[in-house]
Amino acid sequence: MSVPAVVVEDPPEDYLQEHTLKSWLLTTDHKRVGILYMISVTVFFFVGGAAATLMRLELMTPRGDVLATPDAYNRLFTMHGVIMIFFFLIPAIPAVLGNFLLPLMIGARDLAFPKLNLMSWYVYIIGGMIGIWIMVFGGVDTGWTFYTPFSTMFSNTMVVTAAVAVFITGFSSILTGLNFVVTVHTMRAPGMTWFRLPLFVWSHYATSLIMILGTPVLAISVVLIALERIFGVGIFDPALGGDPILFQHLFWFYSHPAVYIMVLPGFAVVSEIIPCFARRPIFGYKFIAFSSVAIAIFSFLVWGHHMFVSGQSMYAGMIFSILSFLVAIPSAIKVFNWTATLYKGSIRLDTPMLYALGFIGLFTMGGLTGLMLASLAIDVHVHDTYFIVAHFHYIMVGGTVMAYLGGVHFWWPKISGRMYPEFWGKLSAMLVFVGFNLTFFPQFLLGYLGMPRRYFEYRPEFQVLNVMSTAGASILAIGYVMPLVYMLLSLRKPPNAGPNPWGATGLEWQVESPPPVHNFHDPVVVTCDPYMYSPEEAERDYAHDQHVRNA
Amino acid sequence: MHTTSTSATLDDDQPLLMSHFDDLEQQHDASNLGMWFFLATEVMFFSGMLAAYAIYRSLSPEAFHLGSRHMHLWLGFANTLVLLTSSLTMALGVRASQLGRRNQVVWYLLATAVLGIAFLGVKAVEYTKEINHHLFPGKHFVVPADDAEALMKVSATPEELHLNLGRFQMMFVLYFCLTAVHAFHMIVGIVIVLIMAELMRRKWFSGHGTTQIEVLGLYWHFVDVVWVFLYPLLYLID
Repeated sequence: MSVPAVVVEDPPEDYLQEHTLKSWLLTTDHKRVGILYMISVTVFFFVGGAAATLMRLELMTPRGDVLATPDAYNRLFTMHGVIMIFFFLIPAIPAVLGNFLLPLMIGARDLAFPKLNLMSWYVYIIGGMIGIWIMVFGGVDTGWTFYTPFSTMFSNTMVVTAAVAVFITGFSSILTGLNFVVTVHTMRAPGMTWFRLPLFVWSHYATSLIMILGTPVLAISVVLIALERIFGVGIFDPALGGDPILFQHLFWFYSHPAVYIMVLPGFAVVSEIIPCFARRPIFGYKFIAFSSVAIAIFSFLVWGHHMFVSGQSMYAGMIFSILSFLVAIPSAIKVFNWTATLYKGSIRLDTPMLYALGFIGLFTMGGLTGLMLASLAIDVHVHDTYFIVAHFHYIMVGGTVMAYLGGVHFWWPKISGRMYPEFWGKLSAMLVFVGFNLTFFPQFLLGYLGMPRRYFEYRPEFQVLNVMSTAGASILAIGYVMPLVYMLLSLRKPPNAGPNPWGATGLEWQVESPPPVHNFHDPVVVTCDPYMYSPEEAERDYAHDQHVRNA
Repeated sequence: MHTTSTSATLDDDQPLLMSHFDDLEQQHDASNLGMWFFLATEVMFFSGMLAAYAIYRSLSPEAFHLGSRHMHLWLGFANTLVLLTSSLTMALGVRASQLGRRNQVVWYLLATAVLGIAFLGVKAVEYTKEINHHLFPGKHFVVPADDAEALMKVSATPEELHLNLGRFQMMFVLYFCLTAVHAFHMIVGIVIVLIMAELMRRKWFSGHGTTQIEVLGLYWHFVDVVWVFLYPLLYLID
């Protein structure tokens, strides 16, 4: 009895060859699904960015003047948060770069469940459409956190619709996480052992575990919110024996790990860029790999640090404080290892590297202020002030968005087959770094001086710092629009990147750019460790180039 | 998941290998592992509500105790038996598909679906009874007189009494939430079982659909196990 070998002709063309709309909307190719996600998260990024722009304009003066009512401001910051977190940050790196690269990096032809992968995009789009619908027809004013009892008993906005949108979108990230975990477990090429996996894959594996275990808890919390609003049964209503704090527990049980869903993939990208542009094997491979898993585990044990002033017991506060300090250990291990990788490297400061170095600096700032916030006494002082806002933007924007942009620049030649213009790339990286710091560093000061978050007016003495922040935001906006423009323009040229413009290791660089439909022409066998870079060789090449140029 | 219409030229005993897998074992393992991880998400989904249950129950044991006395113990017991039997028929169906006995698989799946529907029928009877006794949370909820009296005895202050009456309703809120979400999973399961039975009848799957039926079986057993936890928590603890 012979096994029916389904012979699949390896198509010679690359994955971008087909142009019909149908070929995109019905694709099960992980690379194309990655592109679909890339387009959609970019749209949501600029929608959320527009909300942020309006907020920064409003905050330029102490009086409310740009927006008609404080209520409009409340809806604006809610939509900014909901869109940026659920529709940009969570899917950004995993669903775009992860989808595109994970199978390539482990030598597989696709993810384990290609149809589910496409479905996850459709689910995401349905959730996103509901999100846009909410924005157009009324908005939500609860903040992205949906805190009870405000969200269940008092808010007159579209809370149930928002709950539905978040619930639906959650499934897209569950499907992505599920696909990644199963793919990493079952579809590694021969010789691709766990400790030969690129660190990108390790980080995405840890991210996926959080997606799988955390997202359902968010789902049930928003279901309970919707039930409570519709039936008024009192799950979170103290008058009926319920407890509003229960919602905070359920919500943060997901939403704190969600922070690591957003930032672990950033670590993934940086762990690829740093060794490539320092031309050195990554320092402490196993430590970085296991620190990702450790972060995933710790992330489930620290949710109570959002509730130091919510009325949880003092002892719970102390324990959550200690556990939150522990998260700093695996995070610091990563930063030290990246830094040690740079040591005695042959460093090239191309755009991806600029973004990655920016990431390390800003993430460190965000992490260290996180330690301040994990201390009970300081947190009580700065809770719900701009200090918090600055802290998590250093992680989310300074960390994740920098890493995402670095990753997009790094793999753009692979994804599109084209090089982006290096000069404009470097300029954008610099503008983003400067603009970001000018936007958010003053917010640390504002928060420490006592300016509360989520108000559309403030006391006049805070104006100087607020104007600085708004000025920074406009620089940041230019820095973000530039890559959009020059990357789209780069598509007009014929492919010019070649398979491996960075001289990087990793299986994804061994195939042509853009990659063929089935990723690899021949069966993949892995025979060596990742990151086999040599700084000495790079230096020799550099000296040789200089010599040729001078001659 | 890996469905494909079989053509006459292909060997019917072997599953088709999807182009992105290397071999059949890898394909089979991926499907199974995928379902296991999906079940992990389901565990977390239910555990949110179970955590709420555990917290409120430990805060107001009397109210929950009195509330659970209104559960229909024997209907719940009958349902437990029905579901465990459905797990048996499902397991037999999986075994039959491994042995390649297509007709048996169809019958076992139908039996599983019928038992599932029976479970939902009994559940509907229970719900009706509870709603008729004004035990459905919301505006029409009425705390039965003797329960209110019992709660008055254990409450030291009017505030505590008010809280306990609220928690008495909370028992029913959680009961209806948990059982309704479970029933929703049952409905999804029954629909999929019926679809799979029809597809098996039409010889839709290559390789006797072993992988597909196994994965379905995992889901079905999980939904059963959830009930095995819900029954003691909601009906039995005294």
